[in-house]
Amino acid sequence: MEMNAREIWTVIHGMVFGFIFLLGFSGALYAVYSMRAEWLTAEGVQKSVRNIKIYLWALAASVWAAVITGAWVVYPWYRAVPPEGTTDPAALATFPKFLLLANKSTAEWHEFGMEWKEHVAFLAPFAATAVAFAVSYYGPMLVKKPAERRAVMAFFIVAFVAAAVAGLFGAFITKAAPVR
Amino acid sequence: MAKETVKPNGPMSAALLAAGIGSAVLGLFTFIYELNDKSAFSKSMTWSKPVGGLSGKSGWAIIAFFLSWAILHFVWKGKETEFNRIATIAFVMLVIGLIGTFPPFWHLFK
Repeated sequence: MEMNAREIWTVIHGMVFGFIFLLGFSGALYAVYSMRAEWLTAEGVQKSVRNIKIYLWALAASVWAAVITGAWVVYPWYRAVPPEGTTDPAALATFPKFLLLANKSTAEWHEFGMEWKEHVAFLAPFAATAVAFAVSYYGPMLVKKPAERRAVMAFFIVAFVAAAVAGLFGAFITKAAPVR
Repeated sequence: MAKETVKPNGPMSAALLAAGIGSAVLGLFTFIYELNDKSAFSKSMTWSKPVGGLSGKSGWAIIAFFLSWAILHFVWKGKETEFNRIATIAFVMLVIGLIGTFPPFWHLFK
């Protein structure tokens, strides 16, 4: 069960930070959805909004950590260039991008999967941060602003979709060509 | 009974639009980069050799997000804005970001 430093960082990127956001999304979305005047008393709103703010900022921080560790820690190992002339798959094992590209049956994991994942993931922290700010700014007043609440939920869903694409392809690519 | 403080929607509009701007910048820069990754523009995106072009593309997007948020917040603080219109524009810009970062879209133009 030993993992080297690169594997540990890959786990931190995807299975800690990314996972926290993806797992926490549905609860946070429902929390915002349930901020309705007809469902909550004034006291209930005050108590739940404080927790919702903390929850949303924690999710935003988590997804920022996921993209930063992904792009600046794990990605350089993924895309490292092997010595010229290296074709043996065993030798390419520590060069995941080139291992995938060396075979037609796996090339699309990089050409489509990684190329999409590495870019679209950055939309998640932008949208998640805007959502956390919006709920923090309005606080309990968001209960009386259905249009603003709908906008918040729409942005949060986009953040989830972006993160889910990144997470899904991250899992598949790690299976096909793990960072070692 | 405590009087409720009415908060103008300017700051919220600013945050949402900034998210849209950051996303659209990422989508646009990624699209331009992928059309020709040997161009001067694309080469200028490599802020860090180990990270490659992603460093500049994401870097510019992050700068656009925070800078536009700061400016828009300053301009719209304490003001009411046309929230529905701005939120729609921001959402469209998010979609531009989604499309611009989608590899099959690049291949339509390559």
